[in-house]
Amino acid sequence: MTTSAPMGMNRTGTQMSPEDTKRQIEATEQFRHDIPPGDASRITEERIKFIREHEAINEQVGSVPPPGSVKGVLKTGLDKMMGKNPELLIDKLGERLAYERTGVRLYEAFIAKVAAAPDARPELLETLRTIQQQEAEHMQLLRESIETLGADPTAMTPCAHVSGTMAQGIIQVLTDPRTNMAQCLNAMLTIELTDNAAWELLIELARQANHPNIASSFEVPMRHEEEHLVKIKAMLRDELKVQLS
Amino acid sequence: MDTFAGLLDLKGTPLDKQRFTWREMATRPISKLDDDATTRIRIILMNGIETEALRLKHIGARFHKELQPHLAHIRRVEQHQATAINWLISGDHSPLETTIAYEQVAIEVTAAVAQNEPDPYQAQSYRFGLLEDFDHLYRYSAMYDRLEGKDPNNILQGYTDIIPGRATSQHHRNPSDDVRDSYDKSTAQLITKIHAAMITSSEYQTHDYYMNIGNTFADPVARALYAEIASVEEQHVTQYESLMDASETFMEKWLIHEAMEVYAYASCAEQEENPRIKALWERFLDYELGHLEFACDLFKKYERRDPAEVLVGELPKMRPLKRNRDFVRETLSKEVDLRAHGIHYVPKEQEDRASQDYRNHLNSEGIPSDMASAGYIWTPGTELFRKP
Repeated sequence: MTTSAPMGMNRTGTQMSPEDTKRQIEATEQFRHDIPPGDASRITEERIKFIREHEAINEQVGSVPPPGSVKGVLKTGLDKMMGKNPELLIDKLGERLAYERTGVRLYEAFIAKVAAAPDARPELLETLRTIQQQEAEHMQLLRESIETLGADPTAMTPCAHVSGTMAQGIIQVLTDPRTNMAQCLNAMLTIELTDNAAWELLIELARQANHPNIASSFEVPMRHEEEHLVKIKAMLRDELKVQLS
Repeated sequence: MDTFAGLLDLKGTPLDKQRFTWREMATRPISKLDDDATTRIRIILMNGIETEALRLKHIGARFHKELQPHLAHIRRVEQHQATAINWLISGDHSPLETTIAYEQVAIEVTAAVAQNEPDPYQAQSYRFGLLEDFDHLYRYSAMYDRLEGKDPNNILQGYTDIIPGRATSQHHRNPSDDVRDSYDKSTAQLITKIHAAMITSSEYQTHDYYMNIGNTFADPVARALYAEIASVEEQHVTQYESLMDASETFMEKWLIHEAMEVYAYASCAEQEENPRIKALWERFLDYELGHLEFACDLFKKYERRDPAEVLVGELPKMRPLKRNRDFVRETLSKEVDLRAHGIHYVPKEQEDRASQDYRNHLNSEGIPSDMASAGYIWTPGTELFRKP
């Protein structure tokens, strides 16, 4: 699993079947495309129409649920509690929570890959377990932050949903028994790069929304995430170097 | 012509010895990159045949109380055969990649069948449908290139051309123009019955696949394209199933289906180059011979007739499921402008008014297949590789 992909019978390219390719190109010359004029921009035009149709009725992938905790709302009042655009902060907190929660599962899948390697390194597994534990702690912190705002940490907010959709490919890569270590580290690098930038922006957003306590409580996860990024990038670099040496 | 002599007389695995574990059913999949495209073609074809085996027997069970326990027994094995086959497709195929593979199946298998089919009307029907599936491949290829930014030939591996056929926008017909004449069960050759059962299975699967995955796309053009082509696949199921004699009893159809499965697995085993997959085709060939024997015994018991009345005839070997391009191009050149009018194939000027009206309405707010493929010319490495 730790080795790079071998040279072999990859059949996808045209160089593997030059005679067939010649005949395929010949076919495109004999039987021309039948919907001229036009190009891929027809698809763009159609997409624009659909986007406008949804915009006209303000229909998005879904909405942010209003804070349901009577206690939270009565205590301070919604506006005072969350500033001008409370749904934005709830949505982004929900996104981060979902991301960290999925992150715990992604690390579990990655740990299986590392543990399966014939030369499985215990120190590497320990590092990954530590990162995984920290992702779980971040999730709990976000859960508490959402609860202090009177919002529901079990709801899937629109941004949480969209980030989940983005993660689908990462899940497929990490759980495929055939992907190698470098391919999985690359997937984790994508996760950690995004995570880093997202925590940074979330802290700024919490400050702007007049929640300095929440913002300062996020400094620790931010530092963790910076460390995660450095570690994953270093692991990937080492993995590629090993394969080249 | 080379034939499978005595194939249906071979002894198979008894039904009660046909067992599976979950591990056997969800086993290692093929490689999208390294396995030959024809291996994937056979996997898709055989999954379609096994799911049709289930469908046919479920419908039969609703009409025959006395057969229900027997059908339940055989269906359970077929369910597990279908799983073992379909789970060979790896999870790294995107829905559009699997779609392109499905269209390659439709083209290569229908072309192989059309060339072997002895009944001229039936062969004409296969050629008619072939040109439409051929066009679907072109439209989906354009969509794939323009949505995922990938080359459809990564899936097709050079075996199938990517050019327009009879334009998809012209496929939409009044339902009565999709019903065909059938073979006569008392005079038709066995291979004719087998072909009709096989292509109906394949098209039914394609229809159901598009109906299941078409709505998983976020892109409105892809969603619309699947809606449009799924509708045509329903027409194709209507066409192909009407090629079969409706006066056949359920048990006759069952026997034909089992014989078709034997023929299909024998063909797959003969053509397969991947040894692991070849072993699976051989194992399932033995299973099907067991199913055929089981069905023949029940036929004798309940219909008190000799299965040979239904199953006698030569079985020409299946043609290779790749590089049927010369046949497809010749068909395209000669028959692209044919249209259906009732059970007849006619020049497009003689097309039924009802079909034209039906189509004009469907197409009146835009044609998804035209939008997806406007100006598309397949180019190695995607159209973005095309030098200005």
